[in-house]
Amino acid sequence: MKLRVYLIFNQSTVTEPIIWKLAREFDVVTNIRTAEVKDQMGLVGLEIEGDEAVVEASVAWLGEQGVHVEPIEQGIIEG
Amino acid sequence: MSKSIVRALKCRECDQEYPIEPTHVCEFCFGPLEVVYDYDKLKGKFTRELIESRPQTMWRYKELLPIDGEPTVGVQNGFTPLVRARNLEKVLGVSELYIKNDSVCYPTLSFKDRVVSVALSKAVEFGFKTVACASTGNLAGSVAANAAAAGLDSYVFIPHDLEQGKVLGAGIFGTKIIGIKGKYDDVNRLCSEVAGKYGWAFVNVNVRPFYAEGSKSLGYEMMEQLGWKAPKHVVVPMASGSLCTKVAKSIKEFIKLGLIEDNGTAVYGAQATGCSPIAKSVKDGTDLITPVIADTIAKSLAIGNPADGFYANRVIHESGGWAEDISDQEVVDAMKLLAESEGIFAETAGGVTLGCAMKMIESGKLPRDESIVLCITGNGLKTQEAVADEIEKPRIIEASLKEFDVLAEADKAKLAA
Repeated sequence: MKLRVYLIFNQSTVTEPIIWKLAREFDVVTNIRTAEVKDQMGLVGLEIEGDEAVVEASVAWLGEQGVHVEPIEQGIIEG
Repeated sequence: MSKSIVRALKCRECDQEYPIEPTHVCEFCFGPLEVVYDYDKLKGKFTRELIESRPQTMWRYKELLPIDGEPTVGVQNGFTPLVRARNLEKVLGVSELYIKNDSVCYPTLSFKDRVVSVALSKAVEFGFKTVACASTGNLAGSVAANAAAAGLDSYVFIPHDLEQGKVLGAGIFGTKIIGIKGKYDDVNRLCSEVAGKYGWAFVNVNVRPFYAEGSKSLGYEMMEQLGWKAPKHVVVPMASGSLCTKVAKSIKEFIKLGLIEDNGTAVYGAQATGCSPIAKSVKDGTDLITPVIADTIAKSLAIGNPADGFYANRVIHESGGWAEDISDQEVVDAMKLLAESEGIFAETAGGVTLGCAMKMIESGKLPRDESIVLCITGNGLKTQEAVADEIEKPRIIEASLKEFDVLAEADKAKLAA
């Protein structure tokens, strides 16, 4: 499967090479499609491609690293 | 006039254009797609007279909505009242105040009926038989009702622990409701995955570019009802931020088509403090939207990571407007004030809009001597719990005229005091 997500980095994670670590930790192909990195936060549009279970595990791992993972649609549960 | 002037879907980030299809994200940069039009095709043809000759619905502006020909869903929707709020003017100390009252939008009493009408009409054009949404309230009800009326199958995704009253607001229309366990982010991500996997029109995902355009009808009506002019200031509640951008777009379109003069309208955004990522970014002078976990009674505005936050911020900044946020108690107070002064029972989002406007009037961000429109987007009957403890309890008496006389005398004395 190919998952398209936004990764949101905070001040403490924004300088970490987390996407590099992700690709070493999991058998997934990562493809950065857009990125904006500032001192306080970073926003990266990323494709993660691999087996469904591996992709899901990699998303959970990103959360454990302190990275907020959003679908590219962002908040879609409306009032 | 039935030929569509829709040109394409265009990426808001990289300007890449795409054909008119049920898609919503740029394949190159993940930017959101927006409907763009060939306005020149309407020059001299789309006149005030033509619009005024049509039925009083949101579709009297159909050339500027992204459908081909006639609408098939929500044909009667829109054209809600614009009310001159003279009592509120006195309370707030302003000279010209109006309320665009979408709390009485047909058929489900919120402005979502506008966006859903467009999304489902477009879905029918695309050949979809099933429509869906992820919602905690107004959107769910609107999708369910409009789908039922159009004979479409519908799914509504909700958090599993949503209050019974809100489930009922959609369930009565026979929609298939799926409650999802997990944290907000998990629910959100699942909805996105479902939207990607199933061949449905997910109104705020794969048909979102069309869906969002429906909001412009609120702006068109506002300008026509003001006597073909834009207000100097317009205050809108912000959840995803989409309404803010679309009201601004509606004004620009009317100016471009020569239907109104450019009034230099400033657009203002309103949020509850418990979910105010866009207002915070405006007040902090940044365009970066920092996601939050929503915690407010204004549930219909509770989107912690708003998809259009960046664009709403830009519209506010470029138009010379501002954004504000208020506490939940201020929301309740403003709901009561609106009801007691103008007879309009708005949902919590309406309290947010009025309360934020009051704060901006006090701070001088909103001038007292120029026209202001407040956009009220949903009905208070849907969020009764917010004010249930705030209203005066009935005074109980026996079925005796004597007992009532005592009360009436007391009231009379109170009034005279």
